[in-house]
Amino acid sequence: MSIESLRCKECGTACELDARYVCESCFGPLEVAYDHSSLDPAEAKRRIQAGSQGIWRYADFLPFEGRPGDPLEPGLTPLLRADRLAERLGIDAELWVKNDAANPTHSFKDRVVAVAVAKARELGFETVACASTGNLANALAAHAAAAGLGSYVFVPANLEEQKLLATGVYGTNLVGVRGNYDDVNRLCTQLAETRPWAFVNVNLRPYYAEGSKTLAYETVEQLGWELPDRVVCPIASGSLFTKVGHGFQEWLDLGLVDGEQPVFNGAQAQGCSPVATAFAAGWEICKPQRPETIAKSLAIGDPADGPYALEHARRTGGTIDAVSDEEIRDGIRLLAETTGIFTETAGGVTIGVLAKLAERGEIAAGERLVVYITGEGLKTLDATRDRFRMHEIDPDLDSFESEFRQAVTA
Amino acid sequence: MPITVKIPTQLRAATGGEAEIEASGSTVGEVLDAVFDAHGDLRERITQNGDLRRFVNVYVCGEDIRFREGLQTQIDEGDEVTILPAVAGG
Repeated sequence: MSIESLRCKECGTACELDARYVCESCFGPLEVAYDHSSLDPAEAKRRIQAGSQGIWRYADFLPFEGRPGDPLEPGLTPLLRADRLAERLGIDAELWVKNDAANPTHSFKDRVVAVAVAKARELGFETVACASTGNLANALAAHAAAAGLGSYVFVPANLEEQKLLATGVYGTNLVGVRGNYDDVNRLCTQLAETRPWAFVNVNLRPYYAEGSKTLAYETVEQLGWELPDRVVCPIASGSLFTKVGHGFQEWLDLGLVDGEQPVFNGAQAQGCSPVATAFAAGWEICKPQRPETIAKSLAIGDPADGPYALEHARRTGGTIDAVSDEEIRDGIRLLAETTGIFTETAGGVTIGVLAKLAERGEIAAGERLVVYITGEGLKTLDATRDRFRMHEIDPDLDSFESEFRQAVTA
Repeated sequence: MPITVKIPTQLRAATGGEAEIEASGSTVGEVLDAVFDAHGDLRERITQNGDLRRFVNVYVCGEDIRFREGLQTQIDEGDEVTILPAVAGG
């Protein structure tokens, strides 16, 4: 048995493996603790390679005994070489893009939700719920439908229409809250006290967060059991950023991979940059902000894992940068033009920060770099509006010739 | 003047099960001090060196006190103070 207890990240107090997320002694966050003392790395690798084509191949490192049933298994998304992107950025690096838009509901949130919903079923919950900036809403509604569970999804009412439509279609109880994400989150924290529901990112958050480690595991496996030198990863709550680091560290400690923890570069939008601001100022905690950015999926003004994201970036010699809305739109376009991957605004943030790092000369020649693209461009179509023009012509050759002659001479 | 302070489930062991506590004070800090005087255990759980621990959020009428004056935030009669864990979401 490898799953041991929930343990407080602040004071180390251990508690039961049930639906809880806060340490009663010091109010710190709880995390899943494992006992891997009897793990044989060679045998663990064989089990992974003989496993399913998704995240459950890493079941030995997830908070379950055995492998839960999952009708909508996410993971094993493509890791693609992006030489033309590297060339456009003027870097001589081995650049890879991990395209996590290629999940069942088109974002990395399928990973965390798959783990949380499986845990909710194991604990006997009949209803799952979440506070979401959009991608989690899509994922939770879909995985609840697939598992036959009831669901409540709470989002800011002014979310992108695509994300609302791609949630409601699954037959969930979609609740648009008049407020920002932090208001939604506060409301859900209060609701979780009285409703008999599994709020995946509140009372099941310790399990939910574990799902993000699979992005690190896949990266290692897809690089031929090697580590990258550097990763660029978006930061909203900071959970993905820290858990990807946690996943690498686990496999380093257990001997599944050799080398060093990669340099972690975090990416935020300037309109919601509490972690980047704290990083620049040298603070250990984040001051909350009121978000105002097109990157709504990253618009968390009071990031729960902000302090840990700061620690991880500093410990690995990384940075946390922020980019403007214009740089986000440019980032979306640049990735699309050079790789054929159409990402949402969060991916634009990540590519924008990658461009900044390249410009500052922080990326050394020959470096192996992995960039995490966490969501799909079709969910934030407004970010690409008016960025190009369609050539409208009459259905005859003259019209085509004249249009393109003009375009060439213009 | 009496202010209602809402205690989250995770801290109710330190308040003898009370979910709401009436306390007086003109700032959030004074009100919380009054609560801590009545329930000493609570002080240790959510403060450190006189400050709130980093995973504790306090709201006055739904607004995070860090958007106002923190523990110096003025409180008016009828206001409600809510203590919540800061470790949810994302």
